[in-house]
Amino acid sequence: MKIIVVGCGKIGSSIIENLVAEGHDVVAVDHDPAIISSITNVYDVMGVCGGGADCDILSEAGVDKAELFITAAGSDELNMLSCYLAGKMGSAHTIARIRTPAYNDKSLNFMKQQLGLAMAINPELLTAHEIFNILKLPSAVKIETFSRRNFEMIEIVLKSNSPLNGMKLTDIRNKYKTNFLVCAVQRGEEVFIPDGNFELHHGDKIGITATHMEIQKTLREMGILQKQARNIMIMGGSRTAYYLAKMLTNIGNSVKIIEKNPAVAESLGSSLPKAVVICGDGTNQELLLEEGLRSVDAFLSLTGIDEENILMSIFASSNNVPKVIAKVNSDELASLAENLGLDCIVSPRKTISDVIVTYARALRNSLGSNVETLYKLVDGGAEALEFNVCRTSKVVGVQLKDLKLKSGILIAGILRDRRPILPNGDDMILEGDRVVVISSHRYLSDLSEIIE
Amino acid sequence: MNRRMVFYTVGQILLLEAVLLVLPLAVSLVYAESCFTSFIITILITAASGFLLKLIFKPKDHVIFAKEGFLIVALAWLMMSLFGALPFVLSREIPSFINAFFETVSGLTTTGASIIPDLSVMSKGILFWRSFTHWIGGMGIIVLIMAIIPTTSGRSIHVMRAEMPGPIVGKLVPRIRDTAKILYLIYIVMTAVEIVLLKLGDMSLFDSVVHSFGTAGTGGFGIRGDSLGSYSAYSQWVITIFMLIFGVNFNLYYLLLVRRARTVFRSEELRAYAAVVVAAVVMIAINIRGIYETFGETIRHAAFQVSSVITTTGYATVNFDLWPGFSKAMLFILMFIGGCAGSTAGGLKISRVFLLVRMVRNNIRKILHPRAVASVSFEGKILDERTQKSVSNYLSIYVLSLFAVFLIISLDPFDLETNLTAAVSCFNNVGPGLAGVGPAMNYNGYSVLSKIVLSFSMLLGRLEIYPLIIAFIPASWLKKNNI
Repeated sequence: MKIIVVGCGKIGSSIIENLVAEGHDVVAVDHDPAIISSITNVYDVMGVCGGGADCDILSEAGVDKAELFITAAGSDELNMLSCYLAGKMGSAHTIARIRTPAYNDKSLNFMKQQLGLAMAINPELLTAHEIFNILKLPSAVKIETFSRRNFEMIEIVLKSNSPLNGMKLTDIRNKYKTNFLVCAVQRGEEVFIPDGNFELHHGDKIGITATHMEIQKTLREMGILQKQARNIMIMGGSRTAYYLAKMLTNIGNSVKIIEKNPAVAESLGSSLPKAVVICGDGTNQELLLEEGLRSVDAFLSLTGIDEENILMSIFASSNNVPKVIAKVNSDELASLAENLGLDCIVSPRKTISDVIVTYARALRNSLGSNVETLYKLVDGGAEALEFNVCRTSKVVGVQLKDLKLKSGILIAGILRDRRPILPNGDDMILEGDRVVVISSHRYLSDLSEIIE
Repeated sequence: MNRRMVFYTVGQILLLEAVLLVLPLAVSLVYAESCFTSFIITILITAASGFLLKLIFKPKDHVIFAKEGFLIVALAWLMMSLFGALPFVLSREIPSFINAFFETVSGLTTTGASIIPDLSVMSKGILFWRSFTHWIGGMGIIVLIMAIIPTTSGRSIHVMRAEMPGPIVGKLVPRIRDTAKILYLIYIVMTAVEIVLLKLGDMSLFDSVVHSFGTAGTGGFGIRGDSLGSYSAYSQWVITIFMLIFGVNFNLYYLLLVRRARTVFRSEELRAYAAVVVAAVVMIAINIRGIYETFGETIRHAAFQVSSVITTTGYATVNFDLWPGFSKAMLFILMFIGGCAGSTAGGLKISRVFLLVRMVRNNIRKILHPRAVASVSFEGKILDERTQKSVSNYLSIYVLSLFAVFLIISLDPFDLETNLTAAVSCFNNVGPGLAGVGPAMNYNGYSVLSKIVLSFSMLLGRLEIYPLIIAFIPASWLKKNNI
């Protein structure tokens, strides 16, 4: 599929990386020749140097034949204009990054309609949602939901005192009577789709699927359920912090934001009346302690600088804050931070890439069984995909034990008539179901690809 | 430094060479010649070496950077030449290995400088392989491999950039593999058209295929002692036109295919190329008037020689060494200029010369008006400092390497004109020079040392110097990173 990406900054280059890995023909557009040359050196894409709202540049990039047009430049207005032009010049689908809070209210839908946007993406808002979900269930380092929240998939890291250490999956199933499924395990660099004989170790990052209610129960039985975080400190008054604080204060949590820049702090204070905004340097340890770091349920570092976020999160961890979340955009730094003991890291880049890749895959396969949602699990080593099952699919009506699944594929859940099923060998997939598949093969785009 | 990946890729290239050698094998079988055994042995040796390299150096990761790209290209071309020389030696048609190596390098680099004194005794299979190396080397073996084998890394642009001539190498379409495929497709179609057109004239099928390979790669190996002199005027005109066509940037043909003809005709490089060709033909035609009987013949020979030299092909219809001094000087200068970037031609490339002229003009303006804000533009875009610097750096390293080659081969007892034109002609991948290496002569008289040096100068010219130099700096193979 031919895709044009305008703006190759942090988000743009991450989108490009993922789309190229998916096998799309990507044209990168940026006004900075240095960025274009570094992008074309690393990824197999064509680079066009010029402004995203310049019709000549757009036609040079081949906008008339593009099936997907994505803008991720710094300015929302440029993104909107560029998408509008691309749509008029023949691009089939356009996606714009729009992240200014003022545009992300009720007017967004009107704007999307008028500009003919297929999607407006807001990395900060999505990240805020992600963090919001984790704070509700702080035992997890990542939470994804499927089938309109009927299924949840959480990732937890096995600490040294975890009761699961050294247990085989079959034993775990016998010991705990609740209904859940361990569907992916990351150990070091390797990712496993485990079977019953798989033995868990300390340090593994495991993915668990279950229904929303069962997850809580399971974690409680295992003795690793942490209560919902209610008292939260946020370092850095970024857009993510704004969206998150708004969500958190709306459900009655207490939020304290520490922001260095007086002007930003001022405007946050007026737009978030229920939150406490402190104007001060969040990297100042004295200030954090003074503001009660030791008594908060969760500490979130959301500044724009990865290094600051990592360091202050480590500081918070060492002060026994129960839940610490760091926003880290760079992949290299994220893996370094994990080695340093930070298990809960959110990355707007990854979140956005997942959304775009899902969209592209659903476009590629507009007939057949659509990809509804897609999440990268355990640092991209595996994918969880939700498919809408249509009648023609080859897997329909066969008992699961008779399906010849490829290796590294697991059917983690079926949703039938709004009722979630954790399947065993006797279940089958029927038309109209939604199926959650875990795969260590990348790039599934149709349900029928799971069988040999 | 990913040494495994370098050798692994070279192994892949040797395997591909073994496959390509099947074609001359088939030709020698069709003509029932005894040289077919030499092809079979070569195929076996080359394939075995390729397999071995791939087996021993199975890479752990496929990430390569610019340095690996240069090393792959340099090593691949050296190995290709070494193995490609085997059929000549094994069939005893060129018994000396150095001579065979020279001939193969000359073929692959599309130079067309030959050491064979008498072409009439050569077998068809060997003659076919000789010309086929032109065709392979013209568009580049690495581009071919990219078109065939799916690449795992987006960074393979480094390899392509090292092999493709010209100051700026871009892609036609987003994926490098598709770009390589498109280039080869254009190349194959144009070659096929030329074969058909030549066949319609007075050439046999074998002759038209061999000459089309020589034209397509802008190589210039002939199969008769007088190159193309004894063919009909029609054949000579067809070859003249096709030499010029293959000297044009292939990207422009792609643009024509996607109906962006406007961009093509606005191309500054194309216009400059056309202007230089027309000017040279007119001036030479005036200079040589009276030597030939008719006006048509004069124009034909002038046009043929100009196209042959500017595209660095090296065919000849007449012995231009006998022309007056002005015409010889013109041709000598055209050798340096060469064809367009992104074509199969050698030389400095029109675009570089064009840029150099603009940069000089710009510099003069800056001397006159020290505060003037002046920029150099090319094809409608402003050039950044880095590209400008790389163009002027290329000129200096080009001149220096050329001097070195000239100096070393001057150890041989030939006159200055012979040595100078031999060095210039080999370096720019033209083929024939003047005087002792003129169109009617050959390079057999040079010593072994000179032949090796000239072979390297051909590779330097084809790969645009840097890959080979980098490959011969020992530090680039070590784990040190201070280079």
